[in-house]
Amino acid sequence: MPYIAARDLTIEFPLYHLGARSLKKRILAHSPLRLRQDEANRVVVSALRGLDFRIGAGERVALIGRNGAGKTTLLRTLAGVYEPVGGRLEVQGLIGSLIDPAAGMDQESTGRENITLRGLFRGLDEAESAVMAEEIGAFAGLGEFLDVPVRSYSAGMQVRLSFAIATVMAPEVLLMDEWFLAGDAEFREKARVKLTKLVKDADILVLATHDLGVVREWCTRVIRLDAGRIVEDGPVEAVLAAA
Amino acid sequence: MLDQIEAAAPLYIADAAAPRRQEKAIADLATGFRRWRLPAALARLDIKNRYRGSVLGPFWLTLSTAVMVVGLGILYSSLFKLPLEEYLPFLAVSLIVWNMISAIVADACVSLTSSEGIIRQLALPYTVHILRCVLRNALIAAHSLPLILLVFLACGVMPGAEALLALAGLVLVAVNAFAVALFLGMVCARFRDIAPIVASAMQLAFFLSPVLWKPELLGDRQVWLPLNPFYTVMETVRGPLVEGGVAPLIWLSAGLYTLLACAVAFAFFVRFRGRIAFWV
Repeated sequence: MPYIAARDLTIEFPLYHLGARSLKKRILAHSPLRLRQDEANRVVVSALRGLDFRIGAGERVALIGRNGAGKTTLLRTLAGVYEPVGGRLEVQGLIGSLIDPAAGMDQESTGRENITLRGLFRGLDEAESAVMAEEIGAFAGLGEFLDVPVRSYSAGMQVRLSFAIATVMAPEVLLMDEWFLAGDAEFREKARVKLTKLVKDADILVLATHDLGVVREWCTRVIRLDAGRIVEDGPVEAVLAAA
Repeated sequence: MLDQIEAAAPLYIADAAAPRRQEKAIADLATGFRRWRLPAALARLDIKNRYRGSVLGPFWLTLSTAVMVVGLGILYSSLFKLPLEEYLPFLAVSLIVWNMISAIVADACVSLTSSEGIIRQLALPYTVHILRCVLRNALIAAHSLPLILLVFLACGVMPGAEALLALAGLVLVAVNAFAVALFLGMVCARFRDIAPIVASAMQLAFFLSPVLWKPELLGDRQVWLPLNPFYTVMETVRGPLVEGGVAPLIWLSAGLYTLLACAVAFAFFVRFRGRIAFWV
């Protein structure tokens, strides 16, 4: 059964290119909260500090918190991009991440080429990707623009293509940033149907969002992050009522 | 359809107390090579994007190499007092192989930083980015290598069957390219001052290595040449083509340097793989 288990999970970003010693001192003196010096005398930002949680199959978790609270960093860590500096993380199950819409998108290539490329990123071969291209093109409503470089797309078309490419999957653990809830009005309804299906089919959903309406509609549990720590964790109504 | 491929390894564990670095580094290399289609497609894309809208595309490099070979050939054959039809094949092979090596080294410095956007968003094996760098340089080199044949035809010289050994030399260059791209890619991602240092070191190496001049010109001091890794690795390609073969000592030296490069790169990769995402 898919699950996510984190014990004392810690992520720190070293600030490597800070330069002069005096500048370093000044920064450390003025913001003692999340910037600190590690053993090797580097200035590090504590992005996630000692998180403990376990998410079981069937749970729909919303990550909420102010900008910079660590929501996206936590999603990327769960996706395997950042290796924890301290603690332990276990993720069982096929991970699908909807974090950055444009990841791996090449502006100069056509929509179809981008779909093939994304297929390769996922480990498909060209033939499988070609089949996928028609499906994605139809869903994104690109029509003849499928064979035009992405650079010449309107912003809305780019969003639609990214969304369509990113959501062709059936993951067990779905990691999603709130970007995917945005989109133009015409496309939104179609997107919503697709996302709802994706969310329903996944065993675990972890969603970073500010939109409390979405939290109430989709989620069963809320984790509130503040300055890299978990400050609240519980059923939706309990956490939202306290706020 | 999509799940089947990746379903094989669904458990992801990252434990800071028991990092299992070597195991992960080997898995990274194995997965990266198994998925060679991805770096190959990305390398093709890099070339396409670099020369988009250009009429000659990568053949501009072929053209400029051809002009350089002819120009330098005429100048240096009279400086060194060598007959042109003897010097030109040597220079053509030298310059083309050297250009390939120096392009790889320069590109190796950005093998990881140029894929920063992907590294920070998708959990791919880092080997994919390294292979992408090696393959795009191989593609560029493939546009210039045929020039060698052209010069041979023009000068009326043809190497014998031993020329096939140059293929072994090219394999050696490719292995070195991978090791260097891995090592320099990591070091340059962490320390941004390394790339300019590498660039000036390569310029120095160009004049210190027998690229324009023949090794025989060194006289007695020729015995020290096998210590120069640039020379020995280059010679494994050049020797079979223009000098009728390569001395066993050169092969030995080139082989040892290759092993050394691979060992250092692997050791670094094992130790610092987990930090790359924070560096780029």
